[in-house]
Amino acid sequence: MSAALPGAGAGRWVWSATRVVLLLAFGVFFALPMLALLDFSTKVPGTEERTGEAWSQLLRDPAMTEAITTSLLLAGLTVVGMLVLLVPTMVWVRLRVPRASRLVEFLCLLPLTIPALVIVVGIKNVYAWVNYLIGDSALTLTFLYVVLVLPYAYRALDSALSSIDTTTLAEAARSLGASWFTVIVRVVLPNIWPGVVNAAFISVALVLGEFTVASLLNYDTLPVVIVLLGKSDAPLSMAAALGSILFAALLLLVMSVLDRRRSTRR
Amino acid sequence: MSALAPTAAPGTAEPSPRPGPRLRVGPAIGLLPFLAFIGVFLLVPTVTVAVGAFQDESGAFSTEKVAALFEETAMRALRQSLLLSTFSAALGAVLGAVLAYLILAAPPTSLVRRVATAVCGVLAQFGGVTLAFAWIATLGFGGLLTDLLADLFGLDATGSGWLYELPGLVLVYTYFQIPLMVIVFLPALEGLRPQWREAAVGLGANTWQYWTKVAVPLLRPAFLGSALLLFANAFAAYATAAALVSQGAPITPLLIRAALSSEVILGQANFAYALALQMVVVVAIVMGLYAWLLRRTSRWLG
Repeated sequence: MSAALPGAGAGRWVWSATRVVLLLAFGVFFALPMLALLDFSTKVPGTEERTGEAWSQLLRDPAMTEAITTSLLLAGLTVVGMLVLLVPTMVWVRLRVPRASRLVEFLCLLPLTIPALVIVVGIKNVYAWVNYLIGDSALTLTFLYVVLVLPYAYRALDSALSSIDTTTLAEAARSLGASWFTVIVRVVLPNIWPGVVNAAFISVALVLGEFTVASLLNYDTLPVVIVLLGKSDAPLSMAAALGSILFAALLLLVMSVLDRRRSTRR
Repeated sequence: MSALAPTAAPGTAEPSPRPGPRLRVGPAIGLLPFLAFIGVFLLVPTVTVAVGAFQDESGAFSTEKVAALFEETAMRALRQSLLLSTFSAALGAVLGAVLAYLILAAPPTSLVRRVATAVCGVLAQFGGVTLAFAWIATLGFGGLLTDLLADLFGLDATGSGWLYELPGLVLVYTYFQIPLMVIVFLPALEGLRPQWREAAVGLGANTWQYWTKVAVPLLRPAFLGSALLLFANAFAAYATAAALVSQGAPITPLLIRAALSSEVILGQANFAYALALQMVVVVAIVMGLYAWLLRRTSRWLG
């Protein structure tokens, strides 16, 4: 769309000046809290001095390092779980049971309508079984996180699958004697790789920031520990908060760069 | 980035590649693991909530907990929640639409546009905890802006702890609502064809007439739909409020936390079920309206 107003030079100048001023205002609004986090995490209370103490403590505080490890492990497990659950199912739906595509789509998008908080409230009985069967560990959160990332992962994988001719690929592979496992892992998966990478990045970012489920089920993931430490060691928790959002930003930035490279190549 | 946007590509339900519905059960078995997983970790909890809302402590049928929803505490939390969602959605929708328009004025490949969409993606999706802390560092006691205002104007920005009540929550929620609006509204704005404007101008319309008679009516369903999504997003959000407000329960999600954590009072668990059910009902209504508006939008703007 043509956003610039046609017309006199003066009007045009006013418009671009307004645009710059407004963009700056939005920029300040969004940057200010992040700067405040940086400021708070590097300030020595009571004095004007600057220190990197809180940041170096991130990697020394045992509670913090443990929480970071837990969250990163959870992110990895969630990506694996999501792929194992979703990729074969979506490929199978396309190839063999196309009539179920609406059902699968509906189920995948359902977590957008059922808030995470509601799932936590109702999960007690299920988790009693999970804890009984595989033990009580923060890593069991993986099951719920796979559910939470479903809508986003589904969209990423669905658009990747739509861009290739899955049926022809699969038929060719099958006629050459490939098993279904080979079809999915060695034929379809490499072709939808960009979608898989997108889905993985979104899942990682979501898991690293997830608080609702972990906090209400009393598991010490990174956001939970950040809140806990907020009461005793504010600068440390502020540093962790800023660090985690920068990490997520980096991930999503990498994703958008990969995305762009793909679209220019096509 | 588009994968983050709940509006993007609504399903793209492609017609089945195979002609003829073959009524064989065989292939459908392949879906069992997926269905079982969704059943256990999504449907069972939801059904538990729906059933538990209509039970008392002993498990017998009772409408007592649902009736408690209409008592003072729950009603006040619901009212506050609705106010918070409405205000933050309205602010987010209007400001987000403005920001989306500003971003769109930049050429598609420009740095401004790329950075803006990437930043919006992060801020809209990423953890409420971080945002709560960021605002505490900004406007809390000893915060950056607090000190700045005190130094410059002698203002007491933390006065009466408004940051930890409804006005503060609206401010902090708006911080993630604006980016979400940008993400979901940008595609609709991009769908406005330059040709429509040229056609309007060719027929003698001025800029004002083009906007009021063509662009705004076309964008209205998309705008309202996005605003509804923002409403649902705010209504379902928990993390930001939980990290910001450590005691008390001004909104429904925090009341649920209170009901869950005080299991000493008998029957509070069932009260949490009732509150959660209420939440599902509200969000489901809003998302239903959203889907309906989205269908109307996609007729014109793709």
